[in-house]
Amino acid sequence: MKRNGSFFWIGATVFLAAALLMTQIIGNQYPFFACYVILQFIVLAVAWSILGGYAGYVNFGTSAFFGVGVYTAVFLFKAFGAPLAAQIAAAAAVGALMGFALGLLTLRMQGIFFSIATIALTIVIETSITNWRYVGGAAGIQMQRPVVTEPFNNYVQMLFFVQALLVVLAVAISRYIQNSWIGRGLQALKDDELAAECTGVPTLRLKLLACVISGALMCAAGAPAAMYLQYADPSSAFNLNYSVSVLAMSLIGGTAHWAGPVVGAILLGTTQQLLTVTISSEVNVLVLGVMLVLFVVAAPEGVIGLIRRVRRNRNEGKA
Amino acid sequence: MMPPEPQVPLLRISALTKRFGGFIALDNVSVDIRPGERFGLIGPNGSGKTTLINCISGAFRTEAGTVVFRDEDITQLQPHMRTRRGIARSFQIPRPFKSMTVAENLMVALDFAAVTDELVSAAQRRDTMMSILTRMGLASKADVSATKLSQVELRKMELARAMATRPNLLISDEAMAGLSSSEVDEVLDLLMSLASQDITIIMIEHIMQAVMRFSDRVMCLDAGRIIAIGTPSEVMANQRVQEAYLGT
Repeated sequence: MKRNGSFFWIGATVFLAAALLMTQIIGNQYPFFACYVILQFIVLAVAWSILGGYAGYVNFGTSAFFGVGVYTAVFLFKAFGAPLAAQIAAAAAVGALMGFALGLLTLRMQGIFFSIATIALTIVIETSITNWRYVGGAAGIQMQRPVVTEPFNNYVQMLFFVQALLVVLAVAISRYIQNSWIGRGLQALKDDELAAECTGVPTLRLKLLACVISGALMCAAGAPAAMYLQYADPSSAFNLNYSVSVLAMSLIGGTAHWAGPVVGAILLGTTQQLLTVTISSEVNVLVLGVMLVLFVVAAPEGVIGLIRRVRRNRNEGKA
Repeated sequence: MMPPEPQVPLLRISALTKRFGGFIALDNVSVDIRPGERFGLIGPNGSGKTTLINCISGAFRTEAGTVVFRDEDITQLQPHMRTRRGIARSFQIPRPFKSMTVAENLMVALDFAAVTDELVSAAQRRDTMMSILTRMGLASKADVSATKLSQVELRKMELARAMATRPNLLISDEAMAGLSSSEVDEVLDLLMSLASQDITIIMIEHIMQAVMRFSDRVMCLDAGRIIAIGTPSEVMANQRVQEAYLGT
């Protein structure tokens, strides 16, 4: 376990160093534009699977959290000219509160009822933002990027690196949860809530914790998006596509291990980026659907499940 | 551990009533369970046995009455709080954590229920877990997925998981249903050995020989009411029990 731990942190450091190096040597803006989106989806998918994967509560409200993250940043920037770090920190705090409220209201419901409640949440919040003039209302709002901080020479490069930091943070949290008593408790309540409760697992409290952490990370991932697009409007910030893509990424990657959503987000995110550039942005929705169907049929436990199955078969072959 | 005063009941159920809509599943049930007792609970299907233990373990909220455990009113507590106070149970239809191995099933209990003041290392917990599994005859199955167990192994694993929560009171809900007669003896011996270690046991069972052999006292429920309570032979001889349960 300890050796795994140091491998993980070495990997994370190498990843961040590579990201930083990229910003110093690549002049072309496009790779950063594209990779930012993929990194953002990694954070969202990892955050989603803390509640959706470990606890088995399927959240369709990713776009609600994402959108609230965007608009927290918009509000803070417009009202106080807050710096990016403050925008992200505030978004995480708002997301945690929102996760707590959502959890308190809905986590007593099980299965599909929880999922429906999360969709309702998205609609309620989107409608509220649409009617809030100060942040632009339905027409949206233009954002002027401030001067970029050293050592970056371009704002998108900086956002790219910030999102890479969020990836490491999200993955580290998810990995910690998986390997700790929290993960064991969530797995138990996913298997059987009553049996878990009768074995001493405080199910409601653990679900709330998962919902709070998941919500905070999703909102944090959304916060830099306003500066990335230099524009925010409710229908794109709360676009249901975020919910569906993130769910698909987590399921395709596999939810049993923290690496699942990372793999899924890289796989699907890259495919989507390539398709958007080469064919059209509409086709990527179609491809998403087809891939989801293929995986549900052929590899219901995702890429991670597939790898485990192959490994197990190989071991049995040896024995 | 000092045994409590013999007069003080370990569990006191007073005037417990549970309704499902218009159906009265438990009607004003009162009973004391003494520390160290082996208590048999019998009754025909639908008489309220499982409802009663659901009310004791906290899975159901009751309409009226109180449950007092070790001098503390636990009527309003959630199930996990009751487990931590020392009430463990098995389920009539086994409910293992299916995505886990047998060892991991027990680790859930050790992580969450068996909370002690002293810090326990991972190795110590693994020892505790293995010693429980060994006692239950499941040591060789530690790393097997819970889905791969036979019926009798599942029953034993449920008891092992319950034991890992360090209970004072263990409620066994038909742990022998559907087992062969040699397996019944095996599980019964296990329960007997647990009872000899200061664990109070409530056993729900349909297999009469097992109930007769096991229990210090037997209670018979019918339609949510206590119709007889006493030594096994007294209860068996009771006219109403024979009518309700054995059929005449």
